[in-house]
Amino acid sequence: MNFEFSDDQKLIQDQARQFLAEHSPLTATRGVMDGQTAYDSHLWKSIVDLGWTATAIHEQYGGLGLGSLELCVIAQELGRSLTPIPFFSTIYLAAQIIQQHGNEQQKQRLLPSIAAGETIVCLASSELAGQHLFKAKQTQYSNRRLSGKKIAVLDGVKADYAIVSATDTNKKHSLYLVNLHQADIQRTLTPSIDSSRPLSSIEFINAVAEPLGANDTASAILTEAFDRAAVFTSFEQLGGCEASMQMGINYTKQRFAFGRSVASFQAIKHIFADMYVAIELARSNAYFAAWALSVNDKKLPLAAATARVSAIDAYYFCSKENIEVHGGMGFTWEFDCHLYYKRAQLLSSIIGSSRWWREQLVSRLLDE
Amino acid sequence: MDFNDTKEQAMFRAKVKSWLTANAQAKRQGLMAGTQEDRYQQAVDWYHKRYDAGFSCLTWPKEYGGQGLSQMYQVIWNQEVSHYGEPDEYFVIGIGNCGPALMTFASEEQKQTLLPRMARADDIWCQLFSEPGAGSDVAGLSTKAEKTGDEWKINGQKIWTSGAQYSRYGVILTRTDLEVSKYRGLTMFMIDLKQPGVEVKPIKQIDGGSHFNEVFFNDAVIPDNYRLGKVNEGWGAALMVLMNERLANATAAPDGFEDFLNWAKASDIDGVPASQDPIVRDKLATWYAQHAGVEATTFRMITAVAKGGVPGAEGSLGKLVGASMNQEIANFVIQQLDAGGQLTGDESTPLDGHFQSAMLMAPGIRLAGGTDEIMRNIIAEQVLGLPQEPRADKGIPYKDIPSGNTGA
Ligand SMILES: Cc1cc2nc3c(=O)[nH]c(=O)nc-3n(C[C@H](O)[C@H](O)[C@H](O)COP(=O)(O)OP(=O)(O)OC[C@H]3O[C@@H](n4cnc5c(N)ncnc54)[C@H](O)[C@@H]3O)c2cc1C
Repeated sequence: MNFEFSDDQKLIQDQARQFLAEHSPLTATRGVMDGQTAYDSHLWKSIVDLGWTATAIHEQYGGLGLGSLELCVIAQELGRSLTPIPFFSTIYLAAQIIQQHGNEQQKQRLLPSIAAGETIVCLASSELAGQHLFKAKQTQYSNRRLSGKKIAVLDGVKADYAIVSATDTNKKHSLYLVNLHQADIQRTLTPSIDSSRPLSSIEFINAVAEPLGANDTASAILTEAFDRAAVFTSFEQLGGCEASMQMGINYTKQRFAFGRSVASFQAIKHIFADMYVAIELARSNAYFAAWALSVNDKKLPLAAATARVSAIDAYYFCSKENIEVHGGMGFTWEFDCHLYYKRAQLLSSIIGSSRWWREQLVSRLLDE
Repeated sequence: MDFNDTKEQAMFRAKVKSWLTANAQAKRQGLMAGTQEDRYQQAVDWYHKRYDAGFSCLTWPKEYGGQGLSQMYQVIWNQEVSHYGEPDEYFVIGIGNCGPALMTFASEEQKQTLLPRMARADDIWCQLFSEPGAGSDVAGLSTKAEKTGDEWKINGQKIWTSGAQYSRYGVILTRTDLEVSKYRGLTMFMIDLKQPGVEVKPIKQIDGGSHFNEVFFNDAVIPDNYRLGKVNEGWGAALMVLMNERLANATAAPDGFEDFLNWAKASDIDGVPASQDPIVRDKLATWYAQHAGVEATTFRMITAVAKGGVPGAEGSLGKLVGASMNQEIANFVIQQLDAGGQLTGDESTPLDGHFQSAMLMAPGIRLAGGTDEIMRNIIAEQVLGLPQEPRADKGIPYKDIPSGNTGA
């Protein structure tokens, strides 16, 4: 057993961390949050230059052909710095789906330009709040045309392509690839809890579309894609947890009440101890899932669900208690606590929320 | 023990019901919609209307704008009005905190002129206690009041003052002696905020709103007859205000349960009524037991107050339970909605985005009026009488105690 990242992977992580500390300040995150842009294109270009978008794309399609573990350590750093770029949609989800299920022509058309940071791809699947996206089947496909409305699409405003789930005339539920630069599409930015990663609705009005993956496999492909994405996301969440805890510790050490440092109160220390425990459990579950993903072990489905459930819970806890230990300051727009609180919400919901993953965990556990 | 209305109470309830039916707006989608200014104006209008009909500040004496009724009547009012969409608690800080302070300490003439105007929201009042360096430890505050002749000059800064931007007056706690221990050098006043020495700057909150403010005092002037209580006895007066704040909180603070119940009754998860979902049902049980428990505890507290007791530290319990529950409910519901749960102000989100707004307000409710940790300390030390933590500031003159950031 060797339950650790390799020296090379740790090096990638250190470099990522240093780079982001310097080039991805939280002011960049706030720039997007304030609605100035949909993502930070300057930052996007620099991380493309570092090869991050190419990391897990195969060499024959212009990628670096590194494994998923390298992507995990990068994800953790992106999560720590709340870097406002379309990495989640394009890299964790779309690139993975296209690489696994696209036809040769699609792979050649899209993967090299994704690796080069020239193409942004979003996943458009939800249709209604209160409905799991696998049950969203109102969008219709027939005769190479697609019609319907998708909501809460991450990076939908600026994406070049969308992967869309839709039902065909035989009631089969499949995925389709849609070029978003066509007339029969309406995109609307929709306000959301974490506006540093904007969501939009996309309406397809008889838009040109092509099948992606075999017929009737939308749920199968997305289930598998979400397992993979859940692992990367749990590393992002881990980075966010660590940042939240560190912020809280730094603040309370220098804040005085009743003549002593706030960090010296046992009630506050216990909050940090609870954060630490939640983070370490989430970290260990994330590591195990990363390993299962990297060797495609049959334990991956359960491991991914476990990593996701602990990461969701840990990030919610750390980000809300970070506000609490800051007192009134934590409730201000000016302090950065809320950036993490809001990101924790977004990441908890975006590939199926806590409710769905808890159910996945249990059914996979009972199936073992 | 009897939880039913007496005959008089039942009559009062019927009167309230029929007045509300004719005059109050139904709970509706979109209550959160509109700007902060819109909601403020709505609240002012409601307070006018309610006062003119004789339903304001029921427990206050008639000559001060109230109705001279017992707490039980206020409870009846609260129960009935909670079925409507009116901002009935919007000015709770002035009425719940500043009102009782005036009642105890202001002159007869001040009470007769100021209290009815407060009750009708003709004047809005705010509570100027917390400072950048003194929140939980509010007795560590440093805003100075210095006496010259018949006047006091105020210099310093307050922070987190809810509603200061709308307020004509505030109740302010100041430092009048630096040489004695911190609790002994405080004095409380009311202050007219519409004067050149006072500057109010709204603070933006994490939900994008700006209900609270920084308030700067630069040689602001308070006449000595605005003093509430004796010089250097402000801490006792402040404790009374804080105790009333807890009573007001215990009856007014949202715990989110009503909205959760409404959501469960009206919504589907994946096409199945949420009320049939075992996970939702389990949460309904947990949170109803807490909600009902807090409500019943409040009744017990009100009974004690009605028999002549003062609102005690027990009021902390409702605030402690309700504030966290409110946050947990918001998070839980959002987690039942899949990605669409992230949308705010979207007409397709349940209760018009209520839970998303609640999610963003919830951390503030856990802090305002005393944090969770302070509530637990109060329960442990004042209710249970457990030994106090060793006090780093005990017996030390105020000026020598490290405070604020970096202990400076
Ligand atoms: C929405 C909102 C509205 C408000 N409105 C008003 C208002 O109208 N008027 C007004 O005067 N104030 C108001 N406040 C201020 C509020 O009372 C303070 O924010 C609160 O008391 C905490 O003080 P602080 O912000 O200085 O935090 P701090 O006191 O610095 O607290 C930081 C952390 O230390 C913890 N802590 C402090 N002491 C102890 C201890 N002894 N043991 C364990 N933990 C401890 C706290 O729980 C907190 O987690 C408002 C605050 C909010 C958020």
